[in-house]
Amino acid sequence: MSATEQTVSADMQHGEVNTQDTEHHHGPAKGFSRWLFTTNHKDIGSMYLWFSLAMFMTGGCMALLIRMELFQPGLQMMQPDFFNQMTTMHGLIMVFGAVMPAFVGLANWMIPMMIGAPDMALPRLNNWSFWILPFAFSMMLFTLFMEGGAPNFGWTFYAPLSTTYAPPSVTFFIFAVHMMGISSIMGAINVIVTILNMRPKGMVMMKLPLFVWTWLITAFLLILVMPVLAGVVTMMLMDIHFGTSFFSAAGGGDPVLFQHVFWFFGHPEVYIMILPAFGVVSEIIPTFSRKKLFGYSSMVYATSSIAFLSFIVWAHHMFTVGMPLAGELFFMFATMLIAVPTGVKVFNWVATMFRGSMTFETPMLFAIAFVVLFSIGGFSGLMLAIAPVDFQYHDTYFVVAHFHYVLVPGSVFSIMAAAYYWLPKWTGNYYNEKMGKLHFWLSFIGINITFFPMHFVGLAGMPRRIPDYALQFADFNAVSSVGAFIFGFSQLLFIYNIVSCIRTKNQATPEVWEGAKGLEWTVPSPAPYHTFTTPPKVD
Amino acid sequence: MQTEHQEYYVPDQSYYPILASIALFFMAFGSGAVLTAAENTGDLAMLMLLIGFVMILFIIISWFSKVAAESRQGLYSPQMDRSFRWGMGWFISSEVMFFAAFFGALFYIRVLALPWLGGEGEKGVSNMLWEGFVNQWPLMTTPDPSQFKGPEKIVDPWHIPLLNTILLVASSVTLTFSHKALKLNKRHWTSFWLAVTVVLGVTFLYYQVVEYHEAYTELGLTLASGIYGSTFFILTGFHGFHVTLGTLMLICILVRVLEGEFSGKKHFAFEAIAWYWHFVDVVWVGLFIFVYIL
Amino acid sequence: MKRDLSSHILLSFIKKLAVFLLFIAPSTYADWQLNLREGVTEISRSVYSLHMIIFWICVVIAVVVFGVMLWSVIYHRKSRGAKAQNFHENVYVEIAWTIVPILILVGMAVPATATLKKMYDSSESDIDIQVTGYQWKWRYQYLESGVDFFSSLATPIEQIQGESEKTENYLLEVDNPLVIPVGKKVRFLITANDVIHSWWVPDFAVKKDAIPGFINESWVKAEHTGIYRGQCAELCGKDHGFMPIVVEVKSQEDYQLWLKDQQLAQAEKAKSAEKRWTLDELMVTGKEVYMKSCAACHQANGEGVPGAFPALKGSPLVQGDPGAHIDVVLNGKAGTAMQAFRDQLSATELAAVITYERNAWGDSLGDIISPSQIAKLKQ
Ligand code: HEA
Ligand code: HEA
Ligand code: HEC
Ligand code: CUA
Ligand SMILES: [Cu+2]
Repeated sequence: MSATEQTVSADMQHGEVNTQDTEHHHGPAKGFSRWLFTTNHKDIGSMYLWFSLAMFMTGGCMALLIRMELFQPGLQMMQPDFFNQMTTMHGLIMVFGAVMPAFVGLANWMIPMMIGAPDMALPRLNNWSFWILPFAFSMMLFTLFMEGGAPNFGWTFYAPLSTTYAPPSVTFFIFAVHMMGISSIMGAINVIVTILNMRPKGMVMMKLPLFVWTWLITAFLLILVMPVLAGVVTMMLMDIHFGTSFFSAAGGGDPVLFQHVFWFFGHPEVYIMILPAFGVVSEIIPTFSRKKLFGYSSMVYATSSIAFLSFIVWAHHMFTVGMPLAGELFFMFATMLIAVPTGVKVFNWVATMFRGSMTFETPMLFAIAFVVLFSIGGFSGLMLAIAPVDFQYHDTYFVVAHFHYVLVPGSVFSIMAAAYYWLPKWTGNYYNEKMGKLHFWLSFIGINITFFPMHFVGLAGMPRRIPDYALQFADFNAVSSVGAFIFGFSQLLFIYNIVSCIRTKNQATPEVWEGAKGLEWTVPSPAPYHTFTTPPKVD
Repeated sequence: MQTEHQEYYVPDQSYYPILASIALFFMAFGSGAVLTAAENTGDLAMLMLLIGFVMILFIIISWFSKVAAESRQGLYSPQMDRSFRWGMGWFISSEVMFFAAFFGALFYIRVLALPWLGGEGEKGVSNMLWEGFVNQWPLMTTPDPSQFKGPEKIVDPWHIPLLNTILLVASSVTLTFSHKALKLNKRHWTSFWLAVTVVLGVTFLYYQVVEYHEAYTELGLTLASGIYGSTFFILTGFHGFHVTLGTLMLICILVRVLEGEFSGKKHFAFEAIAWYWHFVDVVWVGLFIFVYIL
Repeated sequence: MKRDLSSHILLSFIKKLAVFLLFIAPSTYADWQLNLREGVTEISRSVYSLHMIIFWICVVIAVVVFGVMLWSVIYHRKSRGAKAQNFHENVYVEIAWTIVPILILVGMAVPATATLKKMYDSSESDIDIQVTGYQWKWRYQYLESGVDFFSSLATPIEQIQGESEKTENYLLEVDNPLVIPVGKKVRFLITANDVIHSWWVPDFAVKKDAIPGFINESWVKAEHTGIYRGQCAELCGKDHGFMPIVVEVKSQEDYQLWLKDQQLAQAEKAKSAEKRWTLDELMVTGKEVYMKSCAACHQANGEGVPGAFPALKGSPLVQGDPGAHIDVVLNGKAGTAMQAFRDQLSATELAAVITYERNAWGDSLGDIISPSQIAKLKQ
């Protein structure tokens, strides 16, 4: 109690502190308790980012195991059931453990600084959102050591494979998903409240940086769909343990019901993983083009349209389940429409670069690669959207190629771009540009060797989620596997770059980048522990 | 230049979040273990679940008391108050979506799945697999009665459910009276109407229990009696759970009112719970129409 | 031996990489392809052309968009002295690049809708076949002629485990292929017995999920005789990768002959139950059946997989009263992976496999379950 009072009085004393002041009131607590008990958005952001990196490594190692098994036809390394566990865990960990927490970490670090708020709106809730995650994922990883093995029914866990026919660990999986859901919902509430309520005078909505806008919309998506995921896993739990028949025709239910509810969550989920990426890229490209973002307001409208459309396209993942014709057509048309607002974004980025004055530091390289490779993924998405042709693509490696193109050189590249872009602001030091470029080029080459051939094997007819395959797919699979190792090992460079940037002193200026605009670049590097305790002036 | 942001209160370090995470973990892991346990580990799992439950209860109480204390110390600016409001509002929205998932399931089953199984519509051929199955709602005979025996009877909407509807709608009204009274600083009336609300809530729950008991013992309506039982219990069950939580929170608020807390101007906790209660009420009306009547 | 393997892998890998980079020489394995197959039906060809149209549209858009970007990257770089311009908005451009994509999309949607409608029209079929997915095999029931059989992977386990050379149709071969006549509209009624599977033959452009408890329809009118291969396309558990589909399209006459043969063979099988079988004979047949139908779950050594599939070795149920044991195998256990084998196996095979279970793995009870006993139960 007295501690709180002290804080407050400290706040009062520094009434007219100016934002450039590094020695601004009390800094972080000492020792480990700083991280356990913190309410500081920067600490929490860092923890999210480290956690995400750890999960990226875990999920990545699983991917490498998958690629090792698929290097050659035949069963070499593992039993089919274990292979399925790897596929499932890889998907779940990457989606819920690596990409989503990374974006939440970025949101925590940057949103308050970008809008000029002293912290997130609900700091203790913020810490809770984070600390749920390590427990949830420990529980999920723990299932690997349980009798019957970890979840082995794919990250989409279709019933009844995930209910009646699932290993006992599915129960733990369900509760882990509940925990992640709670964490995401609280995180999203925090983001929304911060953005809507913590802006200083003058920071009107249409002046918000695009990263903030995209996150606001992402947070709405999260609040609207995470509870639906909770609902569907709850129905699973009931079917498994309490005798209900939601997903069993024998009792009047329907296995396809599961898929409808799941994808009502699942499709917005993939946009949850890409909208903040759009935001990041929309920050970086103007900076290194030294030119204002083209079509700011159309970017905002496009993002909103994508979010809206994402709620009415879910069944494009289910074209083959035998929906009535009218449903099939509706979902096909709605899905195709998403190409329009997404196209607007791509065109705006290109128009921003057009007649700019460009330089190509590491963040910009990642951002440019993002635009190209994400679009390739988007194009294959559009092909998948054509229902009659999706009958041929569905559940083949063509789909795997599609979503890795939007997720790895999409979401993951944008996260790396963001890391390089803001690292000097976070640590106060410039990273090593040469090493950054090396990391970029190795990743860029590795990613394409890994995922491009998957288009070919997919079209040629290789189903996904199989540990062994027919001989005509052998060559490209071997190539993919090699690419995966190139990409995987080049991430060691990423880790090296981050660590060395933290440790080597190479003092960065407050602006860091020549063309950088925005509030976060007005505070010193590293950003002081508390920023904007007095609201900045925004004109 | 002084603005309202000056006073935005960023709390100091807090050990509640990490403890709450541990508690949540104990509850989740404990529940998982209870549900899957072999006989010899069952007790341990139960213990874990209990520890988690007690912990979370304890944490919620102390966390909220801390917030209340901070509020009393005047640490919260109007801006902070708005943060809480937005927060609660969006939390309730997420709850709406949670129920939406189950309502969606119910509609899907009734409008699409069951007619198909019964031989109607574009996938009516499915009836080949369930010869003799006839689609009806309420579903008294499931496609495969040997696996899921349908209910013998269903709950008559015009007895207990109707009564419960009246109780719950009335409780929303009494809660509004209480709120009005609080705003006018008529504290006796505040606590009076609040107490009435609590009584109505508890009565609702009592009848809900009676209804469940009848369903299980007399009507043959259980979780396992096919999709009718499944949707019936998941919807009414989660609603009942929310009423329980709401009632507990109302009791907390009542105690705080009696202790002289809240002013006519500042009573966010009161309002938040009122919103929650109204939300629970609206869900019930949806349930009454779509689960009991139609 | 270990060194051998790794150097082999390395060699074959270098070879593959070379192939990939050069894009010319045929590879060590069967010929591969980069694109969708055109297939052998009217539908599959229109699907193929849709695929190509959309592909080329995307390529053109990509060339334009990335072209402009590349142009900027090359010419508007600071190191070339480019000065940033000030423009950052243009309503006309924005409207144009909203409208044009919409028009392109409409252009795609029209032929797609037409094709989809055709695919959905399964009326007026000549032959109806019910296709049922089981963990991990397919069952084909010809509704008109009563022919009914199971179709499962024929690739020997040695090939999968790398103990013998992999043959041409590795993993794409089955014991009993589905046979259909050329030029007739064949309607498939697709369903599943346990989990969701998906019946897919790329050359027909048919992929339909097999949903337990529901029936999906699809159809094919093959234009050429031949053998067409596909695979299960929905994750259905452990051996999802090992449940291929093979369809033989025969001429009208050959198809009729095949039907006759099938009906004869089925009668033949029923008869064998009347013979007197010795324990040894049953054990031999039983082992074969066990390896083919049961070992996938209960394992060759009968020890099962803890947490997923129970051990049969030492199981009280297997050791106990034959009645209960027979019941489990014949009728399965509803709601578990243990399926009913009543229709999958003949009376002889059932008797043999049950006898085998009761006498293998060192816990021999010495009792015989006779085929005629099972035949009676099956009726
Ligand atoms: C970040 C994640 C992400 C993103 C952004 C997308 C974006 C899109 N996705 Fe993807 N998708 C996934 C992640 C994602 N997807 C995942 C994970 C799966 C598999 C799930 C599983 O089964 O495990 C999947 C699967 C998937 C399917 C199901 C395939 C199947 O299982 O059969 C479909 C089908 O319609 C689809 C479509 C699309 C479309 C139309 C877009 C569009 O948003 C793309 C829009 C972009 C462009 C089109 C490019 C840029 C536009 C222009 C340059 C403008 C001009 C262009 C034209 C007019 C053509 N996706
Ligand atoms: C954001 C999400 C994301 C990301 C980043 C990735 C990244 C990768 N994924 Fe994927 N993947 C999915 C999401 C993602 N994936 C999903 C949702 C599925 C579907 C699951 C399902 O079917 O249910 C899937 C499925 C999937 C499959 C198909 C499995 C199957 O159908 O059977 C394959 C196969 O190649 C694959 C490969 C890879 C590879 C090689 C990477 C690489 O990019 C990973 C590279 C990263 C690392 C290697 C870690 C970092 C490296 C280090 C820290 C260096 C040190 C360590 C070592 C070198 C060991 N993934
Ligand atoms: C797809 C997997 C699968 C296949 C194939 C399979 N089984 Fe089973 N079997 C199971 C499962 C799962 C159970 C456990 C059912 C339960 O939960 O009670 C089981 C149970 C049994 C039992 C009862 C064991 C006990 O101790 O309760 C017997 C006997 C049995 N199977 C025999 C067979 C025979 C004979 C075959 C082949 C002809 C076979 N199974 C094929 C999955 C399979
Ligand atoms: Cu059957 Cu996959
Ligand atoms: Cu989607």
